[in-house]
Amino acid sequence: MPPISSPGAEARFDATIAAEEKIEPRDWMPEKYRRNLVRQISQHAHSEVVGQLPEGNWITRAPTLRRKATLLAKVQDEAGHGLYLYSAAETLGVSREQMQDDLLSGRAKYASIFNYPSLTWADVGAIGWLVDGAAIVNQISLCRTSYGPYARALVRICKEESFHMRQGFEIMQTLCGGTSEQKAMAQDALDRWWWPTLMMFGPHDAESAHSQQSMQWKIKRQSNDELRQKFVDQSVAQAEHLGLVLPDSDLKWNAARDHYDFGAIDWDEFQRVLNGGGHCNRSRIKARRDADQDGEWVREAMLTYADKQRARAVEDAA
Amino acid sequence: MSARRLPLWEVFIRSRRGLDHKHVGSLHAADPEQAMQAARDTYTRRQEGVSIWIVRAEDIHASQSDDAQAFFDPAEDKVYRHPTFYDVPEDLKL
Repeated sequence: MPPISSPGAEARFDATIAAEEKIEPRDWMPEKYRRNLVRQISQHAHSEVVGQLPEGNWITRAPTLRRKATLLAKVQDEAGHGLYLYSAAETLGVSREQMQDDLLSGRAKYASIFNYPSLTWADVGAIGWLVDGAAIVNQISLCRTSYGPYARALVRICKEESFHMRQGFEIMQTLCGGTSEQKAMAQDALDRWWWPTLMMFGPHDAESAHSQQSMQWKIKRQSNDELRQKFVDQSVAQAEHLGLVLPDSDLKWNAARDHYDFGAIDWDEFQRVLNGGGHCNRSRIKARRDADQDGEWVREAMLTYADKQRARAVEDAA
Repeated sequence: MSARRLPLWEVFIRSRRGLDHKHVGSLHAADPEQAMQAARDTYTRRQEGVSIWIVRAEDIHASQSDDAQAFFDPAEDKVYRHPTFYDVPEDLKL
């Protein structure tokens, strides 16, 4: 049953947010808060699901059984994370079918980074290290989000995600300790993934469409630029350890700010890829549509089987 | 898209013996058996549980948060339900 609006409901909602308490599914909430959350959580879920594709591509070609087992476990986790998040979004009254439909029709977005191709095995390392690393920075901050079911899903996700980053870094470490050809492969993957990873945090704070309201409602707890800076700062030492060079000639320590300065992000490329101009936009959506269509008879069969079992149970009881 | 929808199930997990089952999330499945397997795959990939309950979401009745104040208020002024209400000698292990 949808929460009923009563006098003072909005004041109670504001007071709950101000007191750092969580909003729960049956609470009254402003319609815009609900819509904002549905958009953010479903996009987050779609990103987990589509995020399986660039890496899933490499499961059959993983170089060792150990690498194959870990990559398979990681990709399975991404599917699980998608399910936790869809489950959280459904508590807001949106159906799984609606969200799925929005993804397949292109109405809903997913993280644009997954529209880049994974060309070599080193990309699997770079994705785990950088893309999952960036996702962790973002998600740790979101664990303090004001909506209870979203916060709880994120706590579970963060617990699982740290292995993703480590397995990626380990792949990079192995490549960097290998032949010069292998190290060049690692550098090439870093060169291609670094800037798209920085774009994952979204537009600069001043240009971010939903940020301000989301911060007020404590859906988001730290701004895009704050989180991006945190990620850059932690990545420098990691790249140094690998003996790789971050592809940014403007990157340098700024003692006055106590942070690394870094170069300008190509926002035109961000917009182009976001709006369908990336290398893999079409194939990603096609893979999801195919999965939906190919699975239809399975879902139908499951329901038919369940009906039959129920009918049989009634017969047996009679 | 399938015309009929897979129903929603709520999942509860006992993380180890001696603890209560705790709500962890939900999933879609056609029947209890499939829901159980999906719950295992979705919510216990790292040995998070020793027992799973699944319940059809539509079978759960919840208190309305709008009435919460009136509903839970009767307990508010009954402080004598707590041991600290009673004034007794401290050293007698009461």
